[in-house]
Order: sequence, then C-alpha cells, then structure tokens
Amino acid sequence: MDRFISKLLFIAACSSIAILALIALFIFKEGVPIIIRSGLGHFLFGRIWSPLEGQFGILPFIIGSLWVTAGALILGVPLGVACAVFLAEFAPARLAAVLKPAIELLAGIPSVVYGFLGVMWLAPIIRVHLGGPGLSILAASCVLAIMILPTIVGVSIDAIHAVPRSYKEGSLALGATEWQTAWRVILPAARSGILAGVILGMGRAVGETMAVIMISGNATQIPHSILDSVRTLTANIAIEMGYAVGDHREALFATGIVLFFFIMALNTVALRVARRRF
Amino acid sequence: MRMDSITCTDLNLFYGDFHALKSVSVSIAPKRITSIIGPSGCGKSTLLRVFNRMNDLIPGVRITGDVSVLGRPLLDEDILKLRRTVGMVFQRPNPFPLNIFENIAYGMRIHGIGNRSQVEETVEKCLTGVGLWEDLKDKLKTGALSLSGEQQQRLCIARALATKPEILLMDEPCSALDPIATAHIEELMQDLRSEYTIVIVTHNMQQAARVSEDCGFMLLGELIEFGKTTQLFTAPRDERTEDYISGRYG
Repeated sequence: MDRFISKLLFIAACSSIAILALIALFIFKEGVPIIIRSGLGHFLFGRIWSPLEGQFGILPFIIGSLWVTAGALILGVPLGVACAVFLAEFAPARLAAVLKPAIELLAGIPSVVYGFLGVMWLAPIIRVHLGGPGLSILAASCVLAIMILPTIVGVSIDAIHAVPRSYKEGSLALGATEWQTAWRVILPAARSGILAGVILGMGRAVGETMAVIMISGNATQIPHSILDSVRTLTANIAIEMGYAVGDHREALFATGIVLFFFIMALNTVALRVARRRF
Repeated sequence: MRMDSITCTDLNLFYGDFHALKSVSVSIAPKRITSIIGPSGCGKSTLLRVFNRMNDLIPGVRITGDVSVLGRPLLDEDILKLRRTVGMVFQRPNPFPLNIFENIAYGMRIHGIGNRSQVEETVEKCLTGVGLWEDLKDKLKTGALSLSGEQQQRLCIARALATKPEILLMDEPCSALDPIATAHIEELMQDLRSEYTIVIVTHNMQQAARVSEDCGFMLLGELIEFGKTTQLFTAPRDERTEDYISGRYG
C-alpha cells in the first residue's frame, strides 16, 4: 500500500513537471520559427511592431516592461520594506495583527479592479496635474507598486523575524535606539530575504497583464518619458492574440518565449539570493 | 574609599505576577570583579539586566526599590547613555553580521562619537585590548561571523569596550565556549579589571572562585550572601550557601 501511494505521489510530482515541459515545448514550437526567420537581433531589437507589414520588433515592449517594472519597484520597494520593518519591529502586537492580514488582502483583489481604479481615478489625476495622456508608465507603475506590496511585505517580515534576537539585544545593549538597531543591524542581517521578496515582487510586476493593459495606454512606440503611453510584453500578447494569424500569431508566441526567459531568470536569481548566507 | 559603582537597596522585580528579585540590596565596588552565582532561574541574570535596563525590553516588568549606577539613580539617567556607560557581554557571542571593523566601530557610530581616524584608533585599541589585533589586523573587512567562538566573544568584549564604558556586565560569557577558550577569556578579564568594574554572572562556581574578588550567591530571587569571594567559598555564613558550594543542590 505504501509503495502504491508513493508511486502515485511520484506520478503527481512528475505530472506538474511534465505540464511545465509541455507548455515550454509548445511555446517554443510555435514561436521559434518566426524568430529564426526574422533573425533574433531583428526580433529583440527591432523598433517597429507592424504585424500587417510583417515587421515584428519587440524592443518597445521590452523597454515598456522594464520601465513599468522599474517604476513599480522604485515606488513599491521602499514602501514595502518600511511597512515590513514597522510591522515586524515597531508596531504593537495588536496593530500588527490587524495590519498584516489587511496587507495580505491586497493580494486577493482581482487585478481588473486595480486596473479599473487606475483608469477611473489615477489616470485622470495624472493627465490633469502632470500632463500627457494619463494612461502612462507612471500610472501603471503606481498601480503595480501596490499590487506587489503584499509579496514584498510578507517575505520581508519573515526575513526580519528570522534575524536572531541576540543581534537586537547586542545593539540595544550598546545604547543604540530601536531605529538605529533596525536600520544598521536588522535590515542588513535580513537583506538576502528581503532581496528575495523584491525579486518575487518584480516577477509579479513583469507578469501582470490585465491591470497593465487597462492603465498603460498600450502605444507600440518606445517611450520618452514616464508620462508616455507604453505597451508591455504581456499586454502585447493579450491584446493581439484574439485576431492574430500566421506570422503575427507566431510573433506573439515568440514574445511569450522572451517573457519565459525573463521570469525564469528572475526566479533563479531569487532562489539563489534567498539561499545565500553570510 | 571610592563611591560604589552600583548600589541597590531593597530592589524588587516582578515579571507580571512572578516575583523574580526579592528585596536585593548590594553594593558593587569599582575596578573589581564581582561574580554572582546561583542555580538556574535564581534571578542572577535578571539582576544583571537591571543594571543596564535590558529588562525594559520585556513587557510587564515592574521594579521597586532604589538602584544607582555610578552615583546616579538608575531611572534618572538617559537609557541610551546608561547603556553606553554600562557595557554588556552576552552568553552566546553575538557579533553583528557586519565585518570585524564595523562591529567594533558600531558603538561609536550610533553615538556619533569620533571622526574617521579616531574610530580607526579605537578599533585598534579595543582589538589590542582583547588580544585580537595581531591575528585580525589584516582582515578587518572580513565578516565577523567567520571567526571562531572564542574570537567572536573577544570581539563582543572589544565591541563593548569601544564606547568607553565604566562597568562591564558579563552574562555567563564562557558558557558557550570550550575550556581552553574559557581560560583565555578569564585571563582577559584579569587584564581588564584595573580599568573596568566587571560584574559576571556564572553558574560555574570554579570560575567565580578563580576570577572574582567579591561574590554574591543568589537563590530563588534572593541575594543570600555577599562578600569576599575567598570568604564566601571557605567560610560561608549562610547554610544555604554552604549547601550550594558543596554541591548539595543546583
């Protein structure tokens, strides 16, 4: 009986790997030919995306994804880490017991709701006060920053809790304030865990699709400022897949391949960083 | 006769409802090594942590009675200044996950004392003082956690010395070390005693007998007996002290 169950579990484990392999295989089969035909360099660094004329350059989308993700991190990381330090070190237990689940709840809000709020509320504010179309890198970054908060806060809190109490005692015993202790000892000690959280959040920001489609404007051009409209890799696939055929369809799969490597690289780095001890 | 470094009169400490220190009165003389012995849970570490107010970290702690450190009432002194004057070395070596240099410089950095060359000078002085300078002067930038247990504990002592304290509290500083390292740390304490008032808590009676000049014996939150170490070990006044040092319990 035991052997039967362990076999069953083994099959279950294999099946999830098999699914990953099949997805990868399928994407590659569909996407690689167009990359070969138009050349990897042309595909990755081509500035013009014009499917009707057979121009498949995804550089604007790569830049778009990088901009939006970088913006989300610039806004979200300081906020998230500060939140985590407060909740783990300073907040009274009762307050933390309310705030932590509240932040986790942010992860449960469907992304379309974030997008909707961004379109109805954030984009007009940006349009009126800062100019541009409103639907922009800035708007997308703001919304993504909030969406990645639960990941960054959750992982960072765990990392801070894992810091030995003796570090804190040692620092306080030297006459350091709580704040000096958090900044100079606890954060450096927790940095690998926090970095892992940031990278996971980054993965989420790169992969987010629905909210980004709604608030980034989706122009297929290389942006010049954070107030410009922009299209990300994920948005490109989602927007055009409904009507794409032939080469166009293959080019979308090829976009998926690029995303695939993007996310894989991020996850690998996250795992490496999280395991590192000093 | 100089002013005592630490005096307590009728000190009581409660953890919530638990009466952890019962009417402790003691005077600790300057520039000497004073040891506090007693079985686990007798309150000796708690007493030690009164002197630099580390007990404040525990919620629900209440203290009554008078304690003064260096002639000033404990609660009148700014807590950060107090902890700078009253250094502490812990049971387990707890160097920060920073490099060796930054570990020693930490105290000066947080108190904003000393320019760059003064910090460097202090680091060298403190490491020399604990006998680590010759071994470590070429690897000040390596992580402190890569050192051996003994070196880490020496580093922690050096770290405490860098803020120029007058009193050094040691909470079972050798219990995580092997016998040879323990002997080395005890030698180091002898070197330091001309400049610092040292209070050491230990469950190791031989250690107390070896290193200290004054000794107190605690049991169930009470300070049973306090006096010259030689006298306490050879002619204890209290029966309970005698029972403990002759190994009848503890």
